[in-house]
Amino acid sequence: MDGTDALDGLEGLRAGFLGRIAEAGDEAQLEAARLAALGKKGEVALRMRELGKMTPEQRAEAGPALNALKDELLAALTARKASLADAALAERLRTEWLDVTLSPRTLGPGVGQGSVHPVSQVTDEVIAIFGDMGFGVQEGPQIEDDWHNFDALNIPPEHPSRTEMDTFYMARLDGDDRRPNVLRTHTSPVQIRGMLEHGAPCRFICPGRVYRCDYDQTHTPMFHQVEGLAIDRDITMANLKWVLEEFCRRFFEVEGVELRFRASHFPFTEPSAEVDIRCSWAGGVLRIGEGDDWLEILGSGMIHPHVLRSGGIDPEVWQGFAFGMGIDRIAMLKYGMPDLRAFFEGDLRWLRHYGFSALDMPGAADR
Amino acid sequence: MKFTLGWLKEHLETDAALGEITDALTDLGLELEGVEDPAATLGAFTIARVIEALPHPNADKLRLCRVETWPDGPGGRMEEVQVVCGAPNARTGLIGVFARPGLHIPGTGVDLKPGVIRGEASNGMLCSERELMLSDDHDGVIDLPADAPLGARYIDYVGANDPVIEIAVTPNRPDALGVSGVARDLAARGVGRLVTPATPPVPGGYPCPVAVTLAEDVAGGACPLFLARMVRGVRNGPSPAWLQKKLRAIGLRPISALVDVTNLLTFDRARPLHVFDASKLKGGLTVRLGRAGETLEALDGKSYALEGATVIADESGPVSIGGVMGGEGTGCDEATTDVLIEAAWFDPVLTAATGRRLKISSDARYRFERGVDPESAREGIERATALILEMCGGEASEIFAAGSPPDQSRRYALRADRVRRLVGMDVAPERQADALRALGFEVEQTGEGLVAAPPSWRPDVRGEADLVEEIARVASLSALQATPLPRGDAAPRLSHPLRRVRAVRRRLAAAGLSECVGYAFVAQAEAALFGGGGPEMALDNPISSAMSHMRPSPLPGLLAAAARNQARGADAAALFETGPAFSGPEPGEQETVAAGLRAGFAAPRGWTGERRKVDLWDARADAEAALSACGVAPDRLQITREAPGWLHPGRSGALKQGREILAVFGELHPRVAEAMEVSGAVVAFEAYLDRTPAPRARLATRPALDASDLQAVDRDFAFVVAADVEAASLLRAARGTDRKLISDAQVFDVFTGAAAEAQFGAGRKSVAITVRLQPRERTMTDAEIEAISARIIAAVEQTTGGVMRG
Repeated sequence: MDGTDALDGLEGLRAGFLGRIAEAGDEAQLEAARLAALGKKGEVALRMRELGKMTPEQRAEAGPALNALKDELLAALTARKASLADAALAERLRTEWLDVTLSPRTLGPGVGQGSVHPVSQVTDEVIAIFGDMGFGVQEGPQIEDDWHNFDALNIPPEHPSRTEMDTFYMARLDGDDRRPNVLRTHTSPVQIRGMLEHGAPCRFICPGRVYRCDYDQTHTPMFHQVEGLAIDRDITMANLKWVLEEFCRRFFEVEGVELRFRASHFPFTEPSAEVDIRCSWAGGVLRIGEGDDWLEILGSGMIHPHVLRSGGIDPEVWQGFAFGMGIDRIAMLKYGMPDLRAFFEGDLRWLRHYGFSALDMPGAADR
Repeated sequence: MKFTLGWLKEHLETDAALGEITDALTDLGLELEGVEDPAATLGAFTIARVIEALPHPNADKLRLCRVETWPDGPGGRMEEVQVVCGAPNARTGLIGVFARPGLHIPGTGVDLKPGVIRGEASNGMLCSERELMLSDDHDGVIDLPADAPLGARYIDYVGANDPVIEIAVTPNRPDALGVSGVARDLAARGVGRLVTPATPPVPGGYPCPVAVTLAEDVAGGACPLFLARMVRGVRNGPSPAWLQKKLRAIGLRPISALVDVTNLLTFDRARPLHVFDASKLKGGLTVRLGRAGETLEALDGKSYALEGATVIADESGPVSIGGVMGGEGTGCDEATTDVLIEAAWFDPVLTAATGRRLKISSDARYRFERGVDPESAREGIERATALILEMCGGEASEIFAAGSPPDQSRRYALRADRVRRLVGMDVAPERQADALRALGFEVEQTGEGLVAAPPSWRPDVRGEADLVEEIARVASLSALQATPLPRGDAAPRLSHPLRRVRAVRRRLAAAGLSECVGYAFVAQAEAALFGGGGPEMALDNPISSAMSHMRPSPLPGLLAAAARNQARGADAAALFETGPAFSGPEPGEQETVAAGLRAGFAAPRGWTGERRKVDLWDARADAEAALSACGVAPDRLQITREAPGWLHPGRSGALKQGREILAVFGELHPRVAEAMEVSGAVVAFEAYLDRTPAPRARLATRPALDASDLQAVDRDFAFVVAADVEAASLLRAARGTDRKLISDAQVFDVFTGAAAEAQFGAGRKSVAITVRLQPRERTMTDAEIEAISARIIAAVEQTTGGVMRG
């Protein structure tokens, strides 16, 4: 046997196996081809085993040739295996199809459908804006005694606001001759509580529910107010105007807010002013800050000396302003709800339409 | 308060345009409510003459009129216009009121256009009174006397051109409830000159035959002053046209000359008066307090109980409720010949109380309860006498005066810098004094500022701050320049309760519930379902029986809202509210509660399979969410069965910390669901936010994370236990076996019901738990795992009386 014998048929073997690998239609055929070529009893393996019987010269020639063939076949097998896998994946992906237009399944009970009521949202907005101007928040009871709701606020006993046409009174049991408590008619009694708690100087707002005997198209027997006050040695009505302008500019998100102060009367302030904001109603749409109309938005004034005294603050040393406005009302102006009564009806359609996302927390940063 | 521009000008000499006047009123604090200006609607209707009226060639009832119009006004250019007219009185020579095309006809609401009527051009219209909304007369077109000025504005010719002004008067300004007071404010502002005519006294020809006595119980307070005067021999009847027109313009109905005079002075001078028919009075008058059992039929035809009211009585008993309303039996009518005029002063507080108690609204009460000028009684009675003599003739007596006006005199110092210090506006000292003087104050300038005595018609001025207000409003607050308010050093920090409720609200909204805001009062029956509704929680004057009691919980309102949403077809409602629950009628007896409910299905209908109905664990999850937003860790809480009566007794629980119940949750009691008309599955919770502990002040840094790198081992165990054994007791027993090693234990399967009983015996169930073992120092050996497993099994079996499921 000469050296050339060792290479006899090698080319045919190569072509045969490469052809078989290329034609393998699946992993099994490919494995069969591998075994036939490189398995223990495969033809290439058998040839390799014969190397030992060869002369060194023959071996020097046949060995590298066989090794090269083995490498080539292994590479072909690997390549074919990868291409078979690619084809199988492509086929799988072709059959795996889902309708992406179906609604996502709800993750849990009603997730994503909750909402925060506009009154809460606007209260949070108001707290954030006044917070930036140094105002804290004070809260107080909704059933109030006569003193905090009226007397302390310099509202005389004959004042029309005390009538049962305006004020809800709590029933007293038979034999109980104390003056009846009231449902607070404004958040102003919280001013008194705040003054008594903090003393002067102080600066806070009091948001919350208030109650009046009124129920028609534009009135509900319960609504929301925010009251604010600032007391120091030298705070003036001009400061009040600035604070209110600043508030309106940020709350209504318009730069050129213009306010008009009009003389008015409230028992708890002196001097008193009602405050209008410049607006237009062109086309039935309210635009704050432009136009020729004026819209009344709040009442305000310099805190009456009697009220300061009721709050334990010496009016000869301290002075300050107070203001009050309707939260529901400014919510309606900003967000366009047409009807106050709907605020309190709990209609899910309304709550979802006018409500706010849980994560939409008003803060200083977003303005 | 209503008046006309012409009326105002009787008191105010001014060239100011209507707009300037109304702007000044609003700015002064007499807020304009509205103006009805006839010139705006009727100013373009002019007087014209029918040159010739011919029959319409194509219609029997129509006439073809050649109309002489004067488009540029009287003395301008004449223009002849053809008008087709159907009025029966349209005739040659008629002087009428012409509307040219383009005008809006108020009575028909139509904008007039040139037209062709039955083939004939018609370029305008002759108007009836109804078409101008001046009366209901539509029998024919307006037919004016021959001397009516052609081309002139019709409203000027008939004197219907006076704009009506309505203002809102704040309760502190009784003086502005008369036109003279309004004029005074405008004059102070510089809009004109105050020219209110003076009232010369009318000499009396004889002593007043009716004597008036002020009883002791009123003389010192309720009625310190009462003037009376007789006018004998009057002829009462309709008042003159000028007076009727004035009263009609402000919406009052003329009644008779005697009554109209009192109404005129009420609105002209804010001075209510009363007139008695003297022939119907028996003997002298006494002003006193009404006694028990006394009643009076008042001028409104209703009968009133008079106990405690200030009454005017004759010998037969009460004849009038002082300052509120006169009696029907002694009122003036067409037959009255002797009239007794009353000008008195009634105390505001008592008048208000009487009016409120008797529910009488009258122009007199409105003024007396705000404070009528006591000094105006004499002027009022003199002026009324003069008017009555002028209109009705007769002879006036002398004035009988009982008592005297209450002393109003007082003085307040105003420091010179006070206006600037309070308002932030500079007003020169002389201008401060001028403003006060113009308003009727007596002013004396001093070294430090000024001293001012308020006039008798300004009961509201009670101190220095009031003087500042007067000066500032006369100077105009619209001139105020905003001055920044520095923020100061202290950054506000929201209180814990406020931050807590805000966190809870957003946590619950994120969990899928929609926030509601409900009324704080509910029906008694609804309150009673939730443990409230007692008599002490009732409102004395509720809007309706559906809003009669302070709510013990937000849930009645939420359930009512859920029922309404169900009625609208919502089959999955999830609602919550954070707000007060009232436990007592005193201030502070309220608690901040987060309450919520889920009704129907846990999610909207979808394609992923069967929908789950809400169950008590949804409510517990919501309650725990609310508490965790308060900083309470739910897994540290005890769960007990101490739920309130409005929950299903077997399907409800309480979350407790120590002795405090922080929340309750569960299925709604079927009776409550039925009463509130909610259907299907309904679960609810209440979390009591004020009962959660305030967090201790903590550092921002957190303890180091304790996480082992060693592999944790999960072991599952199933136990057969009695059906009423709670999952919590199994887990507690398992966890307690080795608190260091066992990092978690959870139930992953419960097999209960008939199938389970068939397998395990009656009253038994199977509960499967998984326990996680977390070694800290080295991996556990099989033997160690087996040993701890055996201890867990033993502990659970011993605690629960169950057995490991084979």
